[in-house]
Amino acid sequence: MTEVTLSKVVKKYGQHQAVHGIDLDIQDGEFVVLVGPSGCGKSTTLRMIAGLEDISGGDVTIGGRVVNDLPPRERNISMVFQNYALYPHMTVRENLGFSLKIAKRPEQEIVKAVDEAAGILGLDELMDRKPAALSGGQRQRVAMGRAIVRHPDVFLFDEPLSNLDAKLRTQMRVEIKKLHQKVESTIIYVTHDQVEAMTLADRIVLMRDGHIVQVGTPLELFNRPVDTFVATFIGSPPMNLVDGVVQGETIVLNGSISVPLPVTAGPLTNGQAVKFGFRADNLMPIGHAVEEEGAVHELDLSVTLTEPLGTETLLFTNLAGVEVQAKMFNPRPVTPGEQLQFRLMLDKCHVFDAKSGQAVRG
Amino acid sequence: MTRRRLPEWLVLLLPAIIVIAAVVLIPLLFSLYSSFTPYKLTRPSTLWKWVGTYNYEKILSDAKFWAAFGRTVLFLTIVLNVELLLGLGIALMMNKVTWGQRTLRTILMFPMMFSPILVGFQFKFIFNDNIGLVNNALQSMGFNVALPWLVDGKLAMFSIMFAEIWMSTSVFAILILAGLFAMPRDPLEAAKVDGCTPWQSFRHITLPFLMPFIYIAMTIRSLDVARAYDIVQIMTGGGPARRTELLWTLMSRTGYVDARMGLANAMGYVSILLSILFTIYFFRKLSAARAELGMAG
Repeated sequence: MTEVTLSKVVKKYGQHQAVHGIDLDIQDGEFVVLVGPSGCGKSTTLRMIAGLEDISGGDVTIGGRVVNDLPPRERNISMVFQNYALYPHMTVRENLGFSLKIAKRPEQEIVKAVDEAAGILGLDELMDRKPAALSGGQRQRVAMGRAIVRHPDVFLFDEPLSNLDAKLRTQMRVEIKKLHQKVESTIIYVTHDQVEAMTLADRIVLMRDGHIVQVGTPLELFNRPVDTFVATFIGSPPMNLVDGVVQGETIVLNGSISVPLPVTAGPLTNGQAVKFGFRADNLMPIGHAVEEEGAVHELDLSVTLTEPLGTETLLFTNLAGVEVQAKMFNPRPVTPGEQLQFRLMLDKCHVFDAKSGQAVRG
Repeated sequence: MTRRRLPEWLVLLLPAIIVIAAVVLIPLLFSLYSSFTPYKLTRPSTLWKWVGTYNYEKILSDAKFWAAFGRTVLFLTIVLNVELLLGLGIALMMNKVTWGQRTLRTILMFPMMFSPILVGFQFKFIFNDNIGLVNNALQSMGFNVALPWLVDGKLAMFSIMFAEIWMSTSVFAILILAGLFAMPRDPLEAAKVDGCTPWQSFRHITLPFLMPFIYIAMTIRSLDVARAYDIVQIMTGGGPARRTELLWTLMSRTGYVDARMGLANAMGYVSILLSILFTIYFFRKLSAARAELGMAG
């Protein structure tokens, strides 16, 4: 059983504090993704778990054991690095078997473990090549193979896909997910790409400036963002946000257009400055919308720009002076300047306090 | 009628060809030719007397030559290995220094800035059996000895090696340090996670990565040390009684003191084999080490 626990973990570089006392419980076998913009402390946190960075304060425990002062080799973890970090002078086979060789395991056991890992990742053809003779995707698979031969308690992935091209990234993402289903180990995965986070994670930990902003399943973060940062970070395209003021049962957007208050919104005072948020999926032109239950508000808007994506087209339009994006399903060609009638799905809208950015939810 | 013109490539290369011919090719051919004559500087007419391979036969059966040859090989082996070990150690320590590393790096190069002649004089003084620093230090520490540093054959070789190593260890240190700077950090971290102790990381990751740099330093220094002359000439002059005679002191003695230039040139051609062998050996090693790292080509 390998739970990983972080309690009040702090990282300081001299005066600069990179991680501000974060708490996190990771269950055995869970796939947790640390995500956030660059410089948010996610990689630092991962490297503290790995033992590659000293812990300035708080405790990290792996399987119930405080590991703060243990070197990486005594933590029984494996790590996959962004730049693969393969040993350039060793063949694929030697790379895979290196950790077992260092641990002085018997030769047969090494061969067996290496062949097994190679089988899982489809490396059999490449065993006698050097890393320099491999493509990016192959190198990444060797790096993953090197991690799995040891049957570690915890896998750590540090932005493993960011050096791959888009197509390969999608492919490797699936392989990582399959790998997790096979090995059933705890995985902690760092990325700045919210799509990776959404698709891979059992739970997402969203970080900013060394703090954890929100922890939850991908759908929790998508549907119930705690603040505007989460709302705009998770989901593509990012959530539309328009400034507004509460007036009775409506929100007046930028002093021009008023929309009814969503029923999901929590207690608001009259005259409170808010940000009104909704996703492109919830603003659809009539006739090209996904039929959904719930309250609807209709708006006439003119399209300024279109981005056809095939099954849908992103429409850029102007709502109360702010550029917002809408989605057109079963699209037809739209020319910029065209006036369309839109349905806004009010039940899926969010209201955030303008000052704190926190969601106001009932 | 058109005039025959030299092909363009030849015209363009001609300046380079002329310069190389003047400074390299002609002297080389001349010295090669003279090694087949009993050419003596004091009797120029001997240059026109062809004696075939007489000089070479004489060298090959000359115990003094082979003694100098063997001593040079020994000198090379010891000096290169000690310099490698010290240079590697210094580079590894320098790599850990976080504050004032630039300054240290500059200071490290100081010995290389001195003329070998001056280094020779300096160590001649340090190892002098009467007024030298070493003996004075020994005596003031209570050892009532006056070691004949530059007189005893073995001690004199040691003293010369010491001077040579003092002067040139930084060549290794600098090149290996450059290697350490160029080394990616990720594999080392991966090794840590894979369970390596610091020594295992060094042995299995750092050292293989440094090998090309070490062989480059080896190649440069083997050529350098194989023509060791100035320090030896100043400190002992190859003496006393030829106990520290290396190839180049022997050659210069033969050529300029005994004025037997033909013989000296023949020695030069034999001893150049030594340099060529060492260079080929280290270049092979270098290519192999580079291929190991996937840097071949």
